[in-house]
Amino acid sequence: MAVDPTIAAAPPAEPGPVVLEARGVSKVFPGIRALDDVSFALRAGEVHAVVGENGAGKSTLMQILAGVYRPDSGELRVDGAPVAFANRRDAEAAGISIVFQELSLVPQLSIAENVFAGRQPANRLGLIDRGRMEAETTALIRPFGLAAGPRQAVGTLSLASQQVVEIAKALSVQARVLILDEPTSSLTANETERLMATIRDLRARGLGIVYISHHLREVFAIADRITVLRDGTYRGTWRRNEVTEQQIVSEMVGRSFAAVSGPYRPRQFGSEPILQAEGLDRDREFSDISFTLHRGEILGLAGLVGAGRSELASSLFGLTPPQTGTLEVEGRPVRFAAPVDAVRAGMGYLTEDRKQAGLFLAMSIARNVAAPNLGRFSRGGLVDDRQVGRVSLEYMERLRIRARDVEQKVLGLSGGNQQKVLLAMWLATEPRILIVDEPTRGVDVGAKAEIHELLLHLADQGVGIILISSELPEVLHLSDSIAVMYRGRIVARYRGGEADEDVLLAAAAGLADGGPGAEPGADGGH
Amino acid sequence: MTESTAAATERRDNPVVAVGRKLLEVRELTTLLFLVLVSVLIGSRSPYFWTPENFKALVLGMSTNGIIAVGMTILLVAGGFDLSVGSVLALAGAVCGALIVNGVPIPLAVLGGLLVGPVVGLANGLLVTKVGINPLITTLGMLSIARGATLLIGGGYGVANLPPEFNQIGQAVVGGFQTPVWVMVALAVVGDFLLRRSRWLRQTYYVGGNARSARLSGIPVDRVTIVAFIVTATFAAVAGILTTARFGSASVTAGTGVELLVISAVVIGGASLAGGEGTVLGSILGVFLLQVISNALTLLNVPLYWQPITVGAVLILAVGLDAVSRRMRRLDGR
Repeated sequence: MAVDPTIAAAPPAEPGPVVLEARGVSKVFPGIRALDDVSFALRAGEVHAVVGENGAGKSTLMQILAGVYRPDSGELRVDGAPVAFANRRDAEAAGISIVFQELSLVPQLSIAENVFAGRQPANRLGLIDRGRMEAETTALIRPFGLAAGPRQAVGTLSLASQQVVEIAKALSVQARVLILDEPTSSLTANETERLMATIRDLRARGLGIVYISHHLREVFAIADRITVLRDGTYRGTWRRNEVTEQQIVSEMVGRSFAAVSGPYRPRQFGSEPILQAEGLDRDREFSDISFTLHRGEILGLAGLVGAGRSELASSLFGLTPPQTGTLEVEGRPVRFAAPVDAVRAGMGYLTEDRKQAGLFLAMSIARNVAAPNLGRFSRGGLVDDRQVGRVSLEYMERLRIRARDVEQKVLGLSGGNQQKVLLAMWLATEPRILIVDEPTRGVDVGAKAEIHELLLHLADQGVGIILISSELPEVLHLSDSIAVMYRGRIVARYRGGEADEDVLLAAAAGLADGGPGAEPGADGGH
Repeated sequence: MTESTAAATERRDNPVVAVGRKLLEVRELTTLLFLVLVSVLIGSRSPYFWTPENFKALVLGMSTNGIIAVGMTILLVAGGFDLSVGSVLALAGAVCGALIVNGVPIPLAVLGGLLVGPVVGLANGLLVTKVGINPLITTLGMLSIARGATLLIGGGYGVANLPPEFNQIGQAVVGGFQTPVWVMVALAVVGDFLLRRSRWLRQTYYVGGNARSARLSGIPVDRVTIVAFIVTATFAAVAGILTTARFGSASVTAGTGVELLVISAVVIGGASLAGGEGTVLGSILGVFLLQVISNALTLLNVPLYWQPITVGAVLILAVGLDAVSRRMRRLDGR
């Protein structure tokens, strides 16, 4: 496999033999068919991209290939021979290594200690052989041109360099197959370029590389072949030079989850601005964000995971205040130093991370509903728990939260009902502006329709809503206007009914700014 | 992927099981039950146990820890804890005693001693919230600093021979009980009510239950935490003044080890070191339980060395029982 890495833009290299193969693999999680009869083959010396929308089954497939999950049916083959991995170690022994989206390094430890975590070479006394460990680490990281010694603490490296350490760690098990799950999600453009060079280098050394990414431009820059998954099913595999980005996009989108979300129904909303942002900026998160939200308007924020939408939301709410730019609520300039200020100004925020940062899982429904409403529910400095119970019951019935009573702990509720409790918390504050981040993630279809209905109803009552969702049909169905974010910036804007999934997906993948095949989104009105 | 537990919770319990489960969830009851059990057991072995004199000695003995436990409960509910309370107790006493000896009028001297509380509490709170040092290290450091300051002021021996007018503060008998008992009762009753009902202290449960969610709910997490530290240290200072007055001298070793006893009692009473749980009533019962056990060991002529062993065993037993009952509830689909 002698491929010159500098000719990466040339047609794909001659394919080597198949090293890793999945045949007819299926996997069911409670309530979800994550993978349905999916096949996939990886050759030595190729970069094989796997693309699909959120929830298409990419991660599940990778976890199966890496031995994290076992398939319910179907088989895996390594070098043509059937294998069954009981865990990640088995897969590593077969030469298959995975680098997850979230880095798993210990920042305080050195590069060498991270690369050999848990498998440090030992000398005869059973002590760690520091010299050997550091020499082997140097040998592993040298090809990547990392300007750091093996003893340097990982926490002092840039994210791109950390990514390299993570890859070195994956390679240190004599890997022949490397799976990279969204490796560029936290990298800058320059860092991404360096990573691309690294990947080409590895391909030249004969490794088979599986590359998962949302960024179609990256995929087309690096991949030799592209496999598309949609809703857990296999849509096909194409050679990079035999397919267009638009073809891939339409394979990814399909039309299958239109069940919940019909087309946009034009709505009337107020003309007076309720929330205006001008030039908001925050390092490494988002930049130059401007928008106007009117009374009763639903503003959809589309974009891929990591595009900066959630960061923007928590910034608007005062959790991580923007460094520059101005914000006005109903025409009055505001500066939220903390969420307290935002709540006082009539803003509510349903975080996407409802278990970790939204709800109080160990507490009752009533206590949760009371959390942002202690002032409202207090008389003379004392909490009126009878009123808390009454109001909670009211919302429990209105939102059809299925629970024994308002004293039931939130922990035991289903995802949909937990989401409704979070909604109840914030509806009880009677907000004028509501930011909802992934309001229907992990929620079943019935609850999803109810939540949609509720958001529309709130908007009809004059609440301005910012809707963040990775489900494009949801954004298209509900939004009166849509802004698409890519790498921290708003790259395209549309009115309700003006865009479709292909257009949004192309914009979200960074194709709206004049790249090949980007025409549909670019003129959507800035 | 954990959505599927919902179905399990929808089924109805039979009423007896439901009531039993509700009662089990009230941790104070478990502690109370424990207390009754131990009392009956001791009462049967030592007739002196049930006499009014013994009861008076018991409640006076627990008053110091009881006063501190009220503050410590609020702090544990908010997700923190404070190891410096024993040293703050001693420092408050030493400051107050030194001021009196140096001619400062008694009310001002008492105020001076009490001030140690808010000052140390504010320092603890700021270090934990604004600087980001964890409560263990912060208050461990403060434990050492406050004890050292006490030694500096007390000169190694403490401040003795305080005037009787001052000693009255800790020695006066009202309605059969000495003042520290009444102070404890007053703080406990008010503290329990406010922690249960007041809007401001309700915030501590949210902060301790899930600080991130609390912050997003518009609760001033840092301020709540700082105030909880201040209240705890201030109550420790109150206990310090009362102890000094009760013995007529400020000992430099006063309050040594109190922090661990108080935290044990509060946890036995149902608070969790993870935060978000606990009541003042439970904590007072916890302090009372430990006091009864130590009283029993004395009455039953068990060597003194057995005391710490018993305290440790009770702590582990109480928390262990709670952990097991929680796990059973969780397996139950709750």
